[in-house]
Amino acid sequence: MARLLEVKGLRTQFFTQDGVVNAVNGISYTLDEGETLGIVGESGCGKSVGVMSLIRLIPSPPGKIVAGEVLFDGQDLLKMSDGEIRSVRGNKIGMIFQDPMTSLNPVLTIGRQITEALQLHLGMNNAQARARAVELLELVGIPSAADRLDDYPHQFSGGMRQRVMIAMGLSCNPRLLIADEPTTALDVTIQAQIVDLVKKLRDELGMAVIWITHDLGVVAGLADRMAVMYAGMIVEEAEVKELYGNPRHPYTLGLLGSLPRLDQVSGQKLESIEGLPPDLIALPKGCPFYARCKYRIDKCKTENPSLQNVGVGHRIACWIDVTKDPVTTENPWQTA
Amino acid sequence: MLRFIIRRILGFIPVLLGVVIFTFFMARAIPGGPFDFIGDKSLPPSVVKNLEAKYHLDWPEWEQFISYLIGDELYIGPVKIFDLDPETPAYSYGVLRGDLGPSFRYRGQTVNDIIGRTFPLSAQLGVMAIILGLVIGVPAGIISALKQNTWLDYSATFVAVLGVSIPSLVMAPLLIWIFSVNLGWFPAATWGAKPPYFQNMFLTPGFDWGNYFSHAVMPVFALGTGLSATFARLMRASLLQVIREDYIRTARAKGLHESMVIYRHALKNSLIPVVTVIGPMFAALITGTLVIEQIFGLNGMGKHFVQSITNRDYAVVLGTILIYTIILVFSNLLVDLAYGWLDPRIRLDA
Repeated sequence: MARLLEVKGLRTQFFTQDGVVNAVNGISYTLDEGETLGIVGESGCGKSVGVMSLIRLIPSPPGKIVAGEVLFDGQDLLKMSDGEIRSVRGNKIGMIFQDPMTSLNPVLTIGRQITEALQLHLGMNNAQARARAVELLELVGIPSAADRLDDYPHQFSGGMRQRVMIAMGLSCNPRLLIADEPTTALDVTIQAQIVDLVKKLRDELGMAVIWITHDLGVVAGLADRMAVMYAGMIVEEAEVKELYGNPRHPYTLGLLGSLPRLDQVSGQKLESIEGLPPDLIALPKGCPFYARCKYRIDKCKTENPSLQNVGVGHRIACWIDVTKDPVTTENPWQTA
Repeated sequence: MLRFIIRRILGFIPVLLGVVIFTFFMARAIPGGPFDFIGDKSLPPSVVKNLEAKYHLDWPEWEQFISYLIGDELYIGPVKIFDLDPETPAYSYGVLRGDLGPSFRYRGQTVNDIIGRTFPLSAQLGVMAIILGLVIGVPAGIISALKQNTWLDYSATFVAVLGVSIPSLVMAPLLIWIFSVNLGWFPAATWGAKPPYFQNMFLTPGFDWGNYFSHAVMPVFALGTGLSATFARLMRASLLQVIREDYIRTARAKGLHESMVIYRHALKNSLIPVVTVIGPMFAALITGTLVIEQIFGLNGMGKHFVQSITNRDYAVVLGTILIYTIILVFSNLLVDLAYGWLDPRIRLDA
């Protein structure tokens, strides 16, 4: 498959009054046409900022992309003029956001909000754009779509609004769809519907997807490949089955260990990762996960490991081999 | 929508009645009366008694109130419903029949005459000042929000704070001193005192608009700049909040040009606070502004609000307050209708 996206050493910082926040610290990954990449990590680990940086949607100031390349179809999005990047946004790269309650403009009809991208990028006239908008709403499963075009967002339920968002994201047949925690604000049954919908549309339309979530369960059935982020860095990347079956980074192990399981003995406590992620203004010199890591050794405190191959398409940023090396401390947070 | 408007207008009836009752009895509860003094001299008791009899102030208060509300006599065709004062012809037809009664101090003039003469000038001044305020204030607020923390924003904010802080009491004499006394560009006063008058101007062929505006420009400017500062600060704060909303990010993610993002997605959402203050502001301004009218020598309605109270000119007190209240409730109705247009989540038909 052809290479669609190549991110190299992307680094985004926020210049705030308290200091420079290192939100994204040199992440690199690739994405092929039609491939789905899941990016997971806890809140504030740079997942969203990382993908917003791709299409330069970082609020600036205070945010700034300070280094890196984002090659989309061989063109560096970061070097494009404002006009050129606008012709990519919403056209070749569609986006869905986290909260459908606040991501739609409350004072414009959904028809207006869908058609404006069509008119802008595909040069459709009003009638063509409306016809296409009806098609899109039908595609995402909104009943009696033609009648609902002139409704306002508040007349839709949360799940329906997220479908509208997806219709907007897909409107110009993008080659890449970026979904930034699109199911977080929805309840579980609606989550499943939205995941199935995106899966179906991806297969029908053949687009690539970057799906951001903090819920490992949601992406498992959707993604081809997964990247785990921590403190603005990718700490592990692998095929989905490999990542869930053979996790190699202590942080990934911790994340998977903290998921409730059906086969768990009842009454047993869920595992948790003690402590908090590091302060992004003053990142530690060594591995950012050091303070919370059960496997840590002295080297981890002073040197930050880079991503290394440990299998086919499986990369981790760790000095330790969790399959061989022993646990060095049971409760690292207490002794840190 | 129509049902909403009708319901609201019906709702005005108890409000206005309440205002009339309250003002009527409160005004009469103030110690003193309209004929205590003429100038510096007090009048002999016998004269006061005659005057009070003439204006029916010797009646019991409830009779005075009935007379004020529906007149001192009521005939439907030839059928007499009541007549409080059968010997004399009708003294007043009552507020309900559009008669605000005679003034006690301006002999021979009714309150209708006074308001009819002074309100058009005040209204023109107020409307032009609000338009000027909006024309300067809203774009200034938008620019300083979009260029937040740049020199453009700082200077706009500085001017806005200045505009809010300098009272018209200072601004107006300053304008007169610069533009009338020193430069001689505009007349300092006499708006409406000489032809071209300010009434029926749209109906007068060949109306001298240049002369009209040369009189109007300074009062309008003195009043409007303060308003524009208020509008600019509201608009800036509101727009700054709106452009941080998620749906603005969505609009940008669609690839819309920044000007389109602001114009189509941010502006309408950010107008609500501005519209909210325009309602009461409109009512307060078009019924006259005492300070501006005094300084520029305008025969507006503003001075009657104050003078009528010190004069105990009950009918004028009631008349001015009633006009103010009517305009206030209607402008608030317009504000509510504007909300419905700005934000579809505000349903007006409920």
